[in-house]
Amino acid sequence: MIPTNHPRPDPDALLAQVQAQERRAERGKLRIYFGASAGVGKTYAMLTAARKLHADGHDVVVGIVETHGRSETASLLEGLDVLPLKTIDYRGKAITEFDIDAVLARRPVLILIDELAHSNASGSRHPKRWQDVEELLDAGIDIFTTVNVQHLESLNDVVGGITGIRVSETVPDTVFDEADEVVLVDIPADELLARLTAGKVYQAQHVDRASRNFFRKGNLIALRELALRRTADRIEDDVQAYRIEKSINTVWKTDSALLACIGPHSGAEHVIRSTARLASQLNAGWHAIYIETPQLQRLLPAQRERILKTLKLGENLGATTAIRSGNDVALEIVNYARSRNLSKIILGRSLPTWPWHTPHLKRIAALAPDIDLTQLGLASSGLSQTAEESNAPGVTRSLAQPAADKAESASTRKQRQWHYVWATAASLLTAAITTPLLLYLDLANIVMLFLLTVVLIAVRFGRGPAVTATIVGVAAFDFFFVSPRFSFAVSDFQYVVTFAVMLVVGLITAHLTSDLRYQARVASHRESRSRALYEFARELSSVLQTEQIFEITRTFIARTFRAKATLLLPDDAGLLQPPPLALGELSKNSNMDVLDIGIAQWAFDHATAAGIGTDTLPGSHFFYLPLVAPMRTRGVLAIQPESRRWILIPEQRQQLDTFAVLAAIALERVHYIDVAQDALVRMESEMLRNSLLAALSHDLRTPLTSLVGLSESLARSKPPLASAQQVLSDALHNETLRMSNLVSNLLDMARIQSGEVKFNLQWQPFEEVVGSALRASQSFLGRHEVQTRLARDLPLIHIDAVLIERVLCNLLENATKYTPAGSRIVITAEVSGQFLEVAVVDNGPGLPVGKEEAIFEKFTRGKRESATPGVGMGLAICRAIVEAHGGAIRAGQAAGGGASIIFTLPLGMPPAMPDMNESGANIGNHAP
Amino acid sequence: MTESIPIALLVEDEPQIRRFVRTALEEEGWQVFESETMKRGLIDAGTRKPDLIILDLGLPDGDGVDFILDVRDWSTVPIIVLSARTNEVDKIRALDAGADDYLTKPFGVGELLARVRSAVRRLRQPGVNLHGVIQFGDVKVDIKARLVTKANQVVHLTPTEYRLLMVLVTNAGRVVTTPQLLREVWGPSHSESSHYLRVYMGHLRQKLEDDPAQPRHLLTETAVGYRLLLPL
Repeated sequence: MIPTNHPRPDPDALLAQVQAQERRAERGKLRIYFGASAGVGKTYAMLTAARKLHADGHDVVVGIVETHGRSETASLLEGLDVLPLKTIDYRGKAITEFDIDAVLARRPVLILIDELAHSNASGSRHPKRWQDVEELLDAGIDIFTTVNVQHLESLNDVVGGITGIRVSETVPDTVFDEADEVVLVDIPADELLARLTAGKVYQAQHVDRASRNFFRKGNLIALRELALRRTADRIEDDVQAYRIEKSINTVWKTDSALLACIGPHSGAEHVIRSTARLASQLNAGWHAIYIETPQLQRLLPAQRERILKTLKLGENLGATTAIRSGNDVALEIVNYARSRNLSKIILGRSLPTWPWHTPHLKRIAALAPDIDLTQLGLASSGLSQTAEESNAPGVTRSLAQPAADKAESASTRKQRQWHYVWATAASLLTAAITTPLLLYLDLANIVMLFLLTVVLIAVRFGRGPAVTATIVGVAAFDFFFVSPRFSFAVSDFQYVVTFAVMLVVGLITAHLTSDLRYQARVASHRESRSRALYEFARELSSVLQTEQIFEITRTFIARTFRAKATLLLPDDAGLLQPPPLALGELSKNSNMDVLDIGIAQWAFDHATAAGIGTDTLPGSHFFYLPLVAPMRTRGVLAIQPESRRWILIPEQRQQLDTFAVLAAIALERVHYIDVAQDALVRMESEMLRNSLLAALSHDLRTPLTSLVGLSESLARSKPPLASAQQVLSDALHNETLRMSNLVSNLLDMARIQSGEVKFNLQWQPFEEVVGSALRASQSFLGRHEVQTRLARDLPLIHIDAVLIERVLCNLLENATKYTPAGSRIVITAEVSGQFLEVAVVDNGPGLPVGKEEAIFEKFTRGKRESATPGVGMGLAICRAIVEAHGGAIRAGQAAGGGASIIFTLPLGMPPAMPDMNESGANIGNHAP
Repeated sequence: MTESIPIALLVEDEPQIRRFVRTALEEEGWQVFESETMKRGLIDAGTRKPDLIILDLGLPDGDGVDFILDVRDWSTVPIIVLSARTNEVDKIRALDAGADDYLTKPFGVGELLARVRSAVRRLRQPGVNLHGVIQFGDVKVDIKARLVTKANQVVHLTPTEYRLLMVLVTNAGRVVTTPQLLREVWGPSHSESSHYLRVYMGHLRQKLEDDPAQPRHLLTETAVGYRLLLPL
């Protein structure tokens, strides 16, 4: 080893590199023309490059190109093959959209798709154009596309801060970072403004408005800087990748994962985007978490919706997301970070709170001194929120709890109103019951009774009614018991203290009790969730048939998620089959919701979830979850949830994923039970065939043995036979031997063909096999001259000596059959590459030209109608044996005429040999 | 051995095979008793006191190896087994149990008689004279002097080669199975290393045979073992 100062490249990094290359080899190549703003000439640059390729004879197709009425650009389209667009009917309006299926059908080598950030009209396969692009890349099609810096997801709010305009169409940074090439199209701000004024960017009527708002020089310079910097970041990544590949090793960052914590406030998106940016700069993974406290449960539906959307955004930007429930936000965050080994926590700036309230930042710092904390500044405020507030009905009690997530119905709301009525009534009732007792009880004890009422109400109905009960109780106490009675006036000032204490104790009790209730509910949900999983797993573990898995999965999904579900399983060709029974039920129950096998098939083929809450056809009524088992995807679980939002909750998704994995493993297990049964049947039939062969072999050989012996006895009988009879008996003997040989060949062939032969592989010196083959062939070699030319020091070879001896015997016999007496047969053996090459060469008439291959087929002989005996079975057996050893056999013409049959045997790794230089004196030295 | 007529016991269930084996042996001057089953064979072996037993390994009523072990408890009578071609494992088991030789079906009369003669001669000279000189071809092995010569030239053998040659010489004419050779030359711990044996046998042939690729004395019984063939 040469000592080197360069450390070896990290094998994991190299492996990742290789895997990425393999993926890339199948995927199409993506080139992005990247610019600071509209009008810099991205489309122009893309078309110019495409024309050049087209002129070179490449298959270039224009998928969609927006010319924005720019004549220079439009002229570049001439001569290129432009695909027609698809027309989608959207609320009575005809909208043209890019047609992904047409492209997949056409399968061009390269396609141009402008405006990567474009949002597709609803009803398209994917909501976003970049998702179309991803699918085309997966299909192996190369793509040129264009993107402006403001459309990059993680820069979205930065650009919004600069320009005051926030765009809703964004592209995930991963798409940009994973693109194979990024071409920066850059022109100075002044030139762009000049182009704008000249009407080259927008048509005249829009110019004025555009330049007032977006195209201010300051904006353009800032955007240009952003675009340049982002491209520079990317190039740095490329450099790093190159370094890994070329083993130019530098400092390799350790994986330090980040944790973004979001709250219900609008700054959450800013936290997500900033963390995503930071994570990509640090080359680290990241998580996003939302902690739901009892207080936060009382959020408005719109706010809840926004939290889920923010988490979804985090997921799109590459985060692992979670919602946790708990009282202590800081503790939950620290626990989460610790359990996932996240070393950096990122928080938004806390809004001003009550002075006694410790900010989460301080709490976390106190709880986990070893974790890095980053507090982000507030996002530039006053930006118009593009998130369209959903009008989902009802209030959800909790984000994380499926049972509570059910949209609250009118009846529940009415019920809750009744809770308050009950609370008020209970306090008044307490007053009514205690009034007659005033004679016997101190006022202090009456206060106690009121407090007891509050506790009971809190336990029964929760915080709100308890607070009501407290206030009503204090009022009633004052009114009925404190003198002057039946008035709210207070004569003795000390009663004010009583009221205050009563109020405070009541409120604290209400608060604590309802927290306890909340904790208990969280615990019970956790418990029911794990119990559901446990029961599901247990039920599946005993299943032996696919139908049972079907039924169990449907029942459990219905019970645990209150959703209708069905399983779609593939046939042998990998096409999903609709479930005969379940589908009928589904469509019967829901008149408009039709299970779409097409989407399910897509989910199955791509092993990616589709439908509601995903990037693929989110308009569908079903959620399609592929059942990915260790060996392959086993089917698709189609779920029709009651609420569309439901599927967005990370915990729900995770549990559903776990269900899917369990079902997939059960399906796989059942599949392998079938496989095992097939194998058993095959084994049994093989055993039957073997015993048949054994019986046949015995029954044929026994009479043959008798015949051979008897005919020889006849020839040897005393007194000697007359010469005519002697000839007959010799003929009889020879024919019997031939017959016996033929039967041996037939049985051997049958055994080898049935795969029954168990090779007795041993490391053999080849010389020994040749020796025994020659000895076994003595009987027919008598009239031929045999030479052996074996290379010196041949390695041991791993073979079944009996079978290879048989090959050599057959080849020798063949050579004697087709050559005249006195011919010479030469056996040679030498090492050739990874094989031992053995040749049996004669100097006879040679093989018929063109028949070199045919002679190895069963029942073929060299010449038609030849008088030479034999069915040509011998060579077929030779081939079967040699090929079973991993070698090859071929025939050819020898150099000096004559036939040459050559076979090879793999050398392998011979085992260690004992020490040949034995210690001690040689035997021969012991002279007497 | 007296000068009376030698007795052979033939244990074989196939009448036609019995017929020609009997004919061949009787022409050689043997008195032949036949048994169709193994059970009958064992009784005959005890009562007829045969000088030779020919046993078919494929009898329907039992394992031939048990028969051999049974007979070997009380007798050193030569036993030649008859076996089908593909059953090398059976042959090794039979030889290790104490059979003297084997014949593969179908076999010729000449082959049978040669084996019989060889087996009987070995019986007449119990073991090889361990202090004498053994000769095959132009090779002489002087056991007492531990000296091996070929064409009157001293041949240098390593201790292992010599031990191997000695095992073959002691069993001259008989098939010695691979497991037996490994056991006797290398000891019981090397029973798995059969390629050692084949390599050393190759060395012996290089030193003692005229053409090691076409040996005339140190013969391979493929997948069974080796045999030192002495001139008759």
